[in-house]
Amino acid sequence: MASVLAEPEMASGGRGGVELAGIVKRYGDGTLPVDGINLKIGSGTYCCLLGPSGCGKTTMLRMIAGHETPSEGEILIDGTDVVGLSPRARGTAMMFQNYALFPHLSVRDNVAFTLRVRGINKKDRYREADRVIEQVQLTELSERLPSQLSGGQQQRVALARAIITRPRVLLHDEPLSALDEFLRLQMRSELRELQRQLGITFIHVTHTQLEAVAVADQVVVMDRGHVVQSDPARTVYAEPRSAYVARFMGGQNVLFGRLEAVEDGIATLRDEGGRGFRLRLGGSVRPVGQRLAFAVRRDHVRLARDSAAPPAFNAITGLVRAVEYQGTFVKVTIRPDGSGDKDDLFVAYVEEGDYFAAPIGIADRACAWWDLDEMHALAAD
Amino acid sequence: MKAASRRSGASWLSPARVKSFALVTPLALVLLMFVVAPLAVVMAVSVFRYDNFEVIPAFTFENYASVLSSHLTLSLYLTMLKLAAMTWVCTLLIGYSVAAFLVFHVRNRLVAIGLFLVCTVPFWTSNVIRMISWLPLLGKQGVINQALMAVGVIHEPLQMLLFSDFSVVISYVHLFTIFMIVPIFNAMSRIDPSLFEAAHDAGAARWQTLLWVVLPLTKSGIVLGSIFVVTLVMGDFYVVKVMSGGTDASVVSAMYDDISTLLFPHAAASAAVLMLILTIMVAAILRLVDVRQELVSSR
Repeated sequence: MASVLAEPEMASGGRGGVELAGIVKRYGDGTLPVDGINLKIGSGTYCCLLGPSGCGKTTMLRMIAGHETPSEGEILIDGTDVVGLSPRARGTAMMFQNYALFPHLSVRDNVAFTLRVRGINKKDRYREADRVIEQVQLTELSERLPSQLSGGQQQRVALARAIITRPRVLLHDEPLSALDEFLRLQMRSELRELQRQLGITFIHVTHTQLEAVAVADQVVVMDRGHVVQSDPARTVYAEPRSAYVARFMGGQNVLFGRLEAVEDGIATLRDEGGRGFRLRLGGSVRPVGQRLAFAVRRDHVRLARDSAAPPAFNAITGLVRAVEYQGTFVKVTIRPDGSGDKDDLFVAYVEEGDYFAAPIGIADRACAWWDLDEMHALAAD
Repeated sequence: MKAASRRSGASWLSPARVKSFALVTPLALVLLMFVVAPLAVVMAVSVFRYDNFEVIPAFTFENYASVLSSHLTLSLYLTMLKLAAMTWVCTLLIGYSVAAFLVFHVRNRLVAIGLFLVCTVPFWTSNVIRMISWLPLLGKQGVINQALMAVGVIHEPLQMLLFSDFSVVISYVHLFTIFMIVPIFNAMSRIDPSLFEAAHDAGAARWQTLLWVVLPLTKSGIVLGSIFVVTLVMGDFYVVKVMSGGTDASVVSAMYDDISTLLFPHAAASAAVLMLILTIMVAAILRLVDVRQELVSSR
C-alpha cells in the first residue's frame, strides 16, 4: 500500500525524534523571538509548545517545519541536522492555523496535492488520497471544495493532507483555535488518537493550558523566547518550576514568604502580612532571610467561613471577591487580608458538594488552609 | 377586504419601496441615456437606406448584406484578430510578470502600491503622444536602427521596425498592458500567502506552485484583463492607421471612412456586426471561467 510513498529519506532513520540545540532567531530589527532554546522531543511523543502570544512558540515551530531559518543553532531530526533542508527532506509536515487549503481544489485534490507534486500518477495518488480521507471520515465530501465545508471538516482535510506522506514529525500551529468549544474538545481527542495510531511525533503549538495538558505527553512552557519548563503534562501542572509557569498554567496559587528557619528539611516562612507557612524544601539549600515563592494547589485547599482562630501555619484569611460555579467544583476567589492591588488573589476550587453544604458568599470572610504536602517551592523567575 | 386593499395600496408607496426606487433610478437613468439610447439609434440607423446625398428611414437588411458579403470585412477582421492575438500574448506575459513581481517579490506593501502607481504614469499623457513617441525610436533613421548599425549587427536599416505589424503590436502593448496588470494584480493580492507555505510544505517547486496554485487562483484576473485587451484592440481605429503608416486599416477605421463619406447606415451595420462578434468572444471567454463566482468568493 505504501509503494508510491517509498521515500528513501523517510524509510531510513528513526521515527521523528527532534532535538534543538542553541536555537536563536534574530530579526532584522534586533528582536529575538527565540533566544537560545535547547530542547529534546522524543520520537513518537505528543509535545505541546505552550505560551502566551509573542513567546516565540510559533516561530519555533516554523523553524522545525523549515518555513523559517534559525539564525544560530542546530535542529536535529533523528540525529540529522536539517537546517537548510526542505520540509520534504526533513520528513515533516505542517498543519497551518487557518488550514491553508487550496480553495480551487476539491478535498481529494487538496489531499493528493503532495503526491501530485511528487509526480505520482492520478490513479495512484487518488487511491492513496481516498484511503487517508477515509481515515479522517470525509469520504462523502471528497468532491467538495473547501469553501463548502465547515471549520471542523476543513481541519480534517488539512490533517489528511499533512499525513498522506507519512511524515516523521507532524507540526500543528494552533490547530484548534478556530473551532468552537464543542468541536475543539472533539478534535482534541481525535488528534491524540491519531497520534497514537500513527506513532509519529506531534508538535502542537497552543496558548490554551488545558488543551496542552489534555493531549500532550510533554508540555514545553515558553516565555519570551525561552523554554521555562519542559516536563510531562502532570508535572507541569502539579509541580510548576517557577512562579511564571505556576501562574500561566493556573491551578496553583503563588505565594511569597521570607525564610525564617529550616528544620529537618521543612522551612518556616513569613510573609509581609505576618502569616506563617511551612514548606518542604527538598534538597535545596536557601539562605535564611531570602524571599521564596511557593505554590499551593487550588483544588487541594480547604475552605471555611472565617474562624476565630485560623491555623497558625499554611492558612490565608480574606474577603471573598468572586464565586463561580464550574460544575464539578466551585471557584472561590479571595483577596487575602493586607494584600495590595498588584498582589495575586487566592483561589480555592471547592468540591461542589462541600461548597453547597456550607456556602460562602461574596463579601463573606473566609479562611483557606492546606496541608504541607499540597505546596512546593518555586524557582525564582 | 378593505383593510387588505388599503394595506397593499400602502405597500406600493411604503418608505422601503420608495427608497429602493430612489437607489435604483440614478444608475438606471445613466444606463438608459448612455448605453441603451445610443445603441438604439445605431441599430435603427443600421437598417436605414442611403444614397449619395441622404439617409432615408426604411427597414432593410441591405447594409448587413453588404457588410457581411464584402471581402474587405473578412480581411479586416482577420487582420484585427491576428493583432489582437499577438497583443494578448505579449500583454499577458508582461502583465502577469509585472503583477507577480509587485505582489510576491516586493515585500513592503507601500512600495508595491507605489510601484503600481508608477505603472500608471504613462497614462497621464495622451494616447496619441505615447504612440507617436515610438516613431523616432523605430524609424528608418531611428534610435534602434542607428544603434544596431553603429554596433555593426546590421548594415542597412531594418524596415520591419516601423509601419509594420511589429510597430502596431508594440503600440498596443504599450497602451494596453496596464489593463492586464490591474485585474491580475488584484487577483494575486487576494491569494492567502499561507497557501505558498502549504505548497512549499508539500514539496512543490516554484513552477509547480505557479502552475497549480497561482495560475488557477488568478484565472479571473487573466480573463478580465484579456477581455479588456481584446475588446480595446478590436475597437481600435487610430493605432493601426498611424503605426502601420496608413497601409493597414482596422474594422473601426473602416467605419470611420464610411462616416466621413456619409455612409451612416453602412457604418452602423458594421458597428452592429462588430458588437455581435465581440459579445460572442466575451461570452466564450466567460464560458471558460465563471468570473462572477470568482469575484464573489472573496476571503
